Amino acid sequence: MSNATHHAPPSGLQKLIETNSMMLVLGILLMVSVGGLVEIVPLFYLKNTIEKVDGVRPYTPLELAGFNIYVREGCYTCHSQMIRPLRDEVERYGHYSLAAESMYDHPFQWGSKRNGPDLARVGGKYSNDWQRDHLRDPRSVVPSSIMPGYPFLSKTLLNGEHLAEQMRVLRIVGVPYSDDQIDNAVADLAAQASSDDAGGPDVQKRYPNAVLGDVAGKTSVTEEDALIAYLQHLGVSVDFKLYDDKANIR
Amino acid sequence: MSIDQQVNKVRIDPLSGVPTTGHEWDGIEELNTPLPRWWVWTFAATVVWSIAYCIVYPAWPLLHGATEGLLGWHSRTAVVQDIAALQETRAPILEKIKNAPIDTIEKNPELLLAARTVGRVAFLNNCAACHGAGAQGAKGYPNLNDDDWLWGGKLSDIRTTIEHGVRWDADKDTRSGTMPAFGRDGLLTPQQVSEVADWVRTMADLPDALAPEPAGEKLYNDNCAVCHGADGKGNQSVGAPNLFDAIWLYGSDKGAIVNRIMQGGGGVMPAWKGRLDDTTIKALTVYAHSLGGGQ
Ligand code: HEC
Ligand code: HEC
Ligand code: HEC
Repeated sequence: MSNATHHAPPSGLQKLIETNSMMLVLGILLMVSVGGLVEIVPLFYLKNTIEKVDGVRPYTPLELAGFNIYVREGCYTCHSQMIRPLRDEVERYGHYSLAAESMYDHPFQWGSKRNGPDLARVGGKYSNDWQRDHLRDPRSVVPSSIMPGYPFLSKTLLNGEHLAEQMRVLRIVGVPYSDDQIDNAVADLAAQASSDDAGGPDVQKRYPNAVLGDVAGKTSVTEEDALIAYLQHLGVSVDFKLYDDKANIR
Repeated sequence: MSIDQQVNKVRIDPLSGVPTTGHEWDGIEELNTPLPRWWVWTFAATVVWSIAYCIVYPAWPLLHGATEGLLGWHSRTAVVQDIAALQETRAPILEKIKNAPIDTIEKNPELLLAARTVGRVAFLNNCAACHGAGAQGAKGYPNLNDDDWLWGGKLSDIRTTIEHGVRWDADKDTRSGTMPAFGRDGLLTPQQVSEVADWVRTMADLPDALAPEPAGEKLYNDNCAVCHGADGKGNQSVGAPNLFDAIWLYGSDKGAIVNRIMQGGGGVMPAWKGRLDDTTIKALTVYAHSLGGGQ
């Protein structure tokens, strides 16, 4: 700034910002956050962003473990869980997704990339047998598939150690897990994986419409079992025959 | 002229002939080249556009909801209208499929073409992952092009299979019938399993079948004939396949057959009633029936 005396430098706010890098950073942060605030903050207080629907319940421990594996394996990098309200999507995948259907997902799995099909309503579309065949070797059932195989999931025992803690944390952010559900997390995990476990009916009492496994007398629960329980629960909670489209127009 | 320019000493840069902003740092001066006109106008237009957009479409979040916009447009109403419009264009032909008795569709070339078109699209979307894009099947998932049916190849049989699925417990009318786990549950010893497997492979005329032990035939008649029939032709009411033919759901090598007799069980297919509408299921039925093996 040796010649600063020849020309008067800019003054006022501009001078403050141009000569003080921290002020510049603060100014940028302020400007950028306006966009974010306008888009995000209303979602916290506007009640009409989440529809009131019947049937959506928190995940069972087994489904929750499957959700964790879905996130860990990055299935969302190729699959969305968001049927947009567009004609062709509704034709192919079924009723468009409701915000309420993913209100207990932390983090949500809407995704943004579809190398594979949307999975928002894949629950009940295929049998557990098919899901097993497909996860172990996708090309054994869909010869042209580009999905990677996940054969190791069927050989990896599920570690349910931290599930109860996870449920407690989820409760803090608004997932209505009851003490009863949290206390029985480990027992429910094993009971849901079998078709004939004595605890099966209890799981279904604590979690309405929970689907039990299809293998009798299971002695060990694998990561594959959990992931399939999760996939089979996707999009089946809301009964769209009873759902009133007009009630949630927005 | 900005305030800067009035306050600071503005001069014309001799090299480019463009005025400077008057800012100068360490002897380096900033030129004040005007923005191209087209850019300025485009920018102004986008501002005007955004204002119009905010007025016409839902835009700003307020305390209890967002501004509605003059057009009253909602994505959820729009999609319902789009689908209704689509159904209207398809209605003439879908109505015909819906109203025609199912056994008359194949006799009417126009209806058959329509049903096959609707059926094929639904098939690729819902069934191909298991039965294959050409309905050729895969291990454990039957080929639908041939005339070898597990649960019957008449239109009514196929419709029931599609509507209610196979061993799909969530549907109380689902097709059921499960092969016992002869080996696993100890109903037969491993030696007996091997013998009866050899017998089955001989009766099926497999080229590499071992000469069966005489015990094999008796084991078959005592344990298997109830479902698979003394003649091996199977029984469609319990989904027991024909064993003495060349078509195998799980493979014809001895290992695959022994495995079946050890593990028993049966394949599972989801029920589609409720998931697909009745006209689509009807079209799918005709599609599967007309692939080549319909009876
Ligand atoms: C590299 C991209 C990719 C990744 C990663 C991926 N998939 Fe896929 N997936 C695909 C493609 C492509 C298809 C369609 C072909 C097929 O069915 O295999 C598919 C199909 C599927 C289907 C059948 C959907 C339907 O309606 O037919 C399911 C279920 C599925 N994937 C689950 C998963 C799960 C669970 C994971 C994570 C463990 C996963 N995918 C990871 C690409 C991927
Ligand atoms: C999850 C995999 C799966 C899907 C998806 C599936 N199927 Fe099947 N389907 C099967 C299996 C497995 C069988 C054989 C069951 C058995 O072993 O008895 C079968 C049997 C059938 C049969 C009876 C075949 C026979 O020989 O009697 C028909 C017809 C059929 N499927 C049609 C369809 C149609 C149409 C769709 C789509 C709407 C469909 N399937 C979707 C797995 C599937
Ligand atoms: C209660 C009825 C029942 C009895 C008894 C029974 N089966 Fe089966 N079997 C079935 C059914 C149902 C299937 C079809 C399974 C499927 O569709 O997945 C089948 C399938 C098979 C298959 C596989 C066929 C293929 O196409 O891959 C073989 C092999 C077989 N049975 C052999 C036997 C033998 C040997 C016995 C006697 C030891 C026997 N079964 C007894 C019901 C029975």
